Amino acid sequence: MENILECQNLVKFFPGCLALNSVNLAVPKGRIVGLLGPNGSGKSTMIKLANGLITPTSGKILINGMEPGIETKKIVSYLPERTYLNDWMNVNNIIDFFGDFYQDFNKQKAYDMLRRLGVDPALRLKTMSKGTKEKVQLILVMSREAELYLLDEPIGGVDPAARDYILDTIISNYSENATILISTHLIADVEKVLDEVIFINQGNIVLVSTVDDIREKENKSVDALFREVFKC
Amino acid sequence: MAWNLKSDRPIYSQLVEQIELLIVSGIYPAGSKLPSVRDMAGEASVNPNTMQRALAQLENDGLLYSQRTSGRFVTEDVESIMKTKNSLAQGLIKEFIENMSNLGYDRQQTISLLERTAEEEK
Repeated sequence: MENILECQNLVKFFPGCLALNSVNLAVPKGRIVGLLGPNGSGKSTMIKLANGLITPTSGKILINGMEPGIETKKIVSYLPERTYLNDWMNVNNIIDFFGDFYQDFNKQKAYDMLRRLGVDPALRLKTMSKGTKEKVQLILVMSREAELYLLDEPIGGVDPAARDYILDTIISNYSENATILISTHLIADVEKVLDEVIFINQGNIVLVSTVDDIREKENKSVDALFREVFKC
Repeated sequence: MAWNLKSDRPIYSQLVEQIELLIVSGIYPAGSKLPSVRDMAGEASVNPNTMQRALAQLENDGLLYSQRTSGRFVTEDVESIMKTKNSLAQGLIKEFIENMSNLGYDRQQTISLLERTAEEEK
């Protein structure tokens, strides 16, 4: 199995809204891929489908050749756009919780990253700023030794200095042969770490290319191309 | 050295250039072992696959070689490092001469101005 994620004629219809319009897509193993699109383009819908949080109207989405379910959740580490953690818990509690829940969770790695990002594990989530909460969640997600990481807007709430640090954390901590799919509109910040980008607009895939191919052919950054393609 | 990557050119070719610079300037000396692909990618904040591609290119060019079990090394062939150094220097000089001619200086004027400025810099 070459592709970790595959969409075959994937359609998702919400009442009054076609969120994904017959998407065909294959994401190979061992890549860092950016899922880029304006607000409401279908990024989160695609990621939720991959996690089995919603089901396709028609077509298929396959993780490592399997439909989303218990088996795929073992190999997928998901950072949702909104937190689902209880905010009365402190970070130590949450790390134990993740350790119980996921076989591939590496506590040592989590504590190392917390230390480097200067987060005190005795703090409760409730007392943290938005940015710090995001850091904690990303650390939890990256501490799993998963095959596919699905990161929905991972750096939206953190300051630019921490963004660089978080991206470094992502590239130095994902397990070998794992694939990372990052959905974001902060393209300038992430494009250096991406192999490939997928542009999505109104439920349609409009472009799949490597970052260096875009720079070579268009003589401009992915960020500049995005601004051109999605000009309002 | 800080990695300085521009946003309008392919990342991989910029990495090739900057690693060449690290080698010819002796920061990575002849025969020395390079850090792992991952560490280098982390340091430059780029994708490990892109770093891998740049290193493969440099291996092809003969500036690096890899040993299956022990990693990747800078070539011991000092002559080929010098050759790369010379061709980088020639590139800079050509660019300089072109810029000077755009400013309206002919070759003789450029050389004497260069000498005078170098003298003042001492």
